[in-house]
Amino acid sequence: MSSSLTSQWTKVVVFAACLGPFGWLTWRGLHNDLTSDPVAYVTHFTGDWTLRFLVITLAITPLRKILHLPELIRFRRMLGLFAFFYVCLHFTTWIWPDHDFAWSEMWKDVLKRPFITVGFTAFLLLVPLAITSTAGWIRRLGGKRWQMLHRLIYLIAVLGVIHYDWLVKSDVRKPLFYGFLVALLLAWRLGGWLISRRDKATADPLGPERPRTAETM
Amino acid sequence: MLIKRQPDLTYRDVTPKTLYMGRRNFLLGLVATGAAYEAYKKVPGWIALAGGKPARAPAKLTGLVKWPGSTTETLTPIEKTATYNNYYEFGTDKDEPAKYAANFQTSPWTVSVEGEVAKPRTFTMEEIMKLAPLEERIYRHRCVEAWSIVVPWIGYSFSTIANLVQPTSKAKFVAFETYYNPSQMPLASRAGIQLPYAEGLRLDEAMNPLTLLCVGMYDETLPNQDGAPVRMVIPWKYGFKSIKSLAKIRFVKSQPDSAWNLYAPNEYGFYSNVNPNVDHPRWSQATERRLGPGFGLFTKRIPTLMFNGYADQVASLYTGMDLRKNF
Repeated sequence: MSSSLTSQWTKVVVFAACLGPFGWLTWRGLHNDLTSDPVAYVTHFTGDWTLRFLVITLAITPLRKILHLPELIRFRRMLGLFAFFYVCLHFTTWIWPDHDFAWSEMWKDVLKRPFITVGFTAFLLLVPLAITSTAGWIRRLGGKRWQMLHRLIYLIAVLGVIHYDWLVKSDVRKPLFYGFLVALLLAWRLGGWLISRRDKATADPLGPERPRTAETM
Repeated sequence: MLIKRQPDLTYRDVTPKTLYMGRRNFLLGLVATGAAYEAYKKVPGWIALAGGKPARAPAKLTGLVKWPGSTTETLTPIEKTATYNNYYEFGTDKDEPAKYAANFQTSPWTVSVEGEVAKPRTFTMEEIMKLAPLEERIYRHRCVEAWSIVVPWIGYSFSTIANLVQPTSKAKFVAFETYYNPSQMPLASRAGIQLPYAEGLRLDEAMNPLTLLCVGMYDETLPNQDGAPVRMVIPWKYGFKSIKSLAKIRFVKSQPDSAWNLYAPNEYGFYSNVNPNVDHPRWSQATERRLGPGFGLFTKRIPTLMFNGYADQVASLYTGMDLRKNF
């Protein structure tokens, strides 16, 4: 398992899998099969996948520790960047097909509609994370500061769920489901933080042999 | 250059066999969960199919009178109209009603008309089809979610049926109720709104000639997901006012409950007239996406018209009313 996770090919496979939803959307588009309301369909599809990738990205650290698979870290940046990729498609759908670059109308919506304000904020917060996702930026910022900055992902995921919840009319099952997953993943971190505060000696469950870098935190 | 690297892994990183096997079980579990979820999604369809009887295919309607007031705008193709429905008894996703209403039993069917009327009466569907000549009326239909369609509905003015039962002077409003049977509507529990679905109109709104008792669309009887066998169509109000699969009509003294108004009174008013100047609290109502023929992704939004473009016929119903308060 470990060797298959560290193989170069696994990254290629995961990358291809992450492109799957985009491929599916393109395929449906080419077959003129984007439902009766393509703008709504593409908006919801890309929004859903943004939330899914945020949840998967947030699940990496717990899964590494619970499954003793530290190699999973290799995929975290890519998964996070795919969340950014799908939110860019989501945002572009809003700007272009939905509002046809009517900037003043859109800006009014950002200010006036709480669900858009929240979604827009989450998108803006993701931008610096995407930019500083490179090894160069980790070095430039230093592991500690880089990690502080990237903890914004917790806030972004919460805002994403709120954005969804404030949008639906009456059937809140899906936003509640994402909310439950995000809450679970954040609670796991909170639990870890409380335990490490209580017992400093076991602060780093990966062991003292492993040099601490931004990637292992 | 040779770079000597510290070994990445030490013995303590080796996964114990039990955990390794656990992981395999975990992966199997994932696969099983996925399969179970896929199966679960099909359950409502299985329940519906277990009903046995095949779906009633829409029947061709002939001898239709072309109503002179029809809009000349491009029709929304029936494939789009009939696969994009808000009918929460059959699922809250737009494509679900077309799947899960397929075996909805709509025959035999009766509509009881009661309340403040001189001659209460239960109409069979056969009677309803013959109370007046069937007209084809092409109306704009604007959803509160800011999309719109153009549909050739078939029916006649609701006033026809009202005049037969003779509302008394006490009747000030009309309350409508959708047929409700959870055993035929397995997804109804997810709706979030109160069922049976209820709607209402002021009596003068109901008697306006535009208010349509609708039995078909696109030259055929109604598909189940569009409200078979008989529904209301009130073209100057948001789509949710046009109640589907009518079971009961009551003429009443005071303003009746309506489903969305009960669910969120600050978002959905009793009147719910299409009004580009009064936004839904969460989104703008100034423009709409017209669902027409073709690809559709890059179709530009169009401005929403006051009373959905029917101001000449209905604006007088609301003279002196503050439409911001009575939204």
